[in-house]
Amino acid sequence: MLKPPDKPVIVITGTRKGIGKYLAQYYLEKGFIVAGCSREPAEQESDRYRHFCLDVCDEPKVRRMFGELRKAFGRLDALINNAGIASMNHFLLTPQKTVQRIFNTNVLGTFLFCQEAAKLMKKNRYGRIVNFSTVATPLKLEGEAIYASSKAAVNSLTQVLAKEVASFGITVNAVGPTPIPTDLIRGVPEGKMKSLLAQQAIGRFAEMRDVANVTDFFISPASSFITGQVVYLGGVAA
Amino acid sequence: MIERKRILEVVCEAVDEMNETLPHAERLEKSEAAPLFGRDGRLDSLGLVNLVVAVEEKVRDAFSTEVSLTDERAMSHRNSPFRSLGAMTDYILHAMESSYAQAA
Repeated sequence: MLKPPDKPVIVITGTRKGIGKYLAQYYLEKGFIVAGCSREPAEQESDRYRHFCLDVCDEPKVRRMFGELRKAFGRLDALINNAGIASMNHFLLTPQKTVQRIFNTNVLGTFLFCQEAAKLMKKNRYGRIVNFSTVATPLKLEGEAIYASSKAAVNSLTQVLAKEVASFGITVNAVGPTPIPTDLIRGVPEGKMKSLLAQQAIGRFAEMRDVANVTDFFISPASSFITGQVVYLGGVAA
Repeated sequence: MIERKRILEVVCEAVDEMNETLPHAERLEKSEAAPLFGRDGRLDSLGLVNLVVAVEEKVRDAFSTEVSLTDERAMSHRNSPFRSLGAMTDYILHAMESSYAQAA
C-alpha cells in the first residue's frame, strides 16, 4: 500500500448536484481529498477528487469503492452521507415501489456507507460520520410520511451506531436541514413551503453554507466528544 | 482451483494482525479447532467484529474477490463460520467456489 496521504480523506455521497456537489467543492477548497459518488458522472475537476458511479444501495459496488479507497489512501477521516431522495404524496396514494426506492437510498444506502466507512476508519481508530436527516421528521409533515419515516430511521441508525463504534474512535452524528432550494423540493407547492418555514424559529430557507457549518463542526477533530446527535437547522426542535 | 491451505494462511495473517493489538493473555490461538466465538470462544462480540473485518480485508487483498462473512448465509449457517478458524476457512472456501461457479 502507498504511504497514507497527509491530507484528510472524506467520502461524500450524492456529489453530482445539490448539497453534495456544494460540499464536495467546499471540502476540496479546504484541502481534503474527496471521494464522491452518484449514479451518473459528476463535474468536479480536481486531482484530489475521485468519482465513483454507483447506486448507494448497491452493496457489491459500495464495497468495491471502499476497497479501492483503502488501497489508494489507506485512511478515511470522514463520511458525509448526503445522498437522499424524497417524494411528496399522501400516503394513501404512495406506491410500494416509491416506498422501497426511498428506503433503499435513504436508509440502506446510509447503512452500507456507514458500515464500509467504519471498517476503514477503525484501522486508524479515528473517524467522523455525518448522516443526513430532515426537519420533516420532527415536524411530522403531512405528505412526507415515507421520506420523514426513512429519515427517522436514519436518526435511530445514527444514535445506535454512535454507541457501537465509539470504542473505535468514530463519531456518528446527523444534520437535519430545513428546505434548501434544490431539486429535492422542486415539486413542493409554494403554499406548503411557506407553512413549513413558518414552523421554524428562523423562518427562511437554509443555504448550503448553513449545512457546511454543521458538517464542519461534526467532522472537526476537536469534536471527539460529540456523537449520537441530530442537529436541526432553523431552530426546529427535535 | 482455490487451495484451502492458502485460505487458512490468509485467515491466520488476519489473526496475527489482530493479536498485535491484544494483550498476551487475550491473543487468539492459531489452531483450526480452537473455539472462536460462542461457548468456550475467546472472542467477545467486539473481538469478532475486529476479526471479521480483518479477514474480509485480507481475503480481498489476497484473492481479489469479495467474501462477506456477515451475509445472511453466514449468519443463518447451521454450523456457524465463527466457531473456529477451521470453520471460517471452510466457509470462505465454499463462498469463493460458489462465486467462481456462478461466474463461469
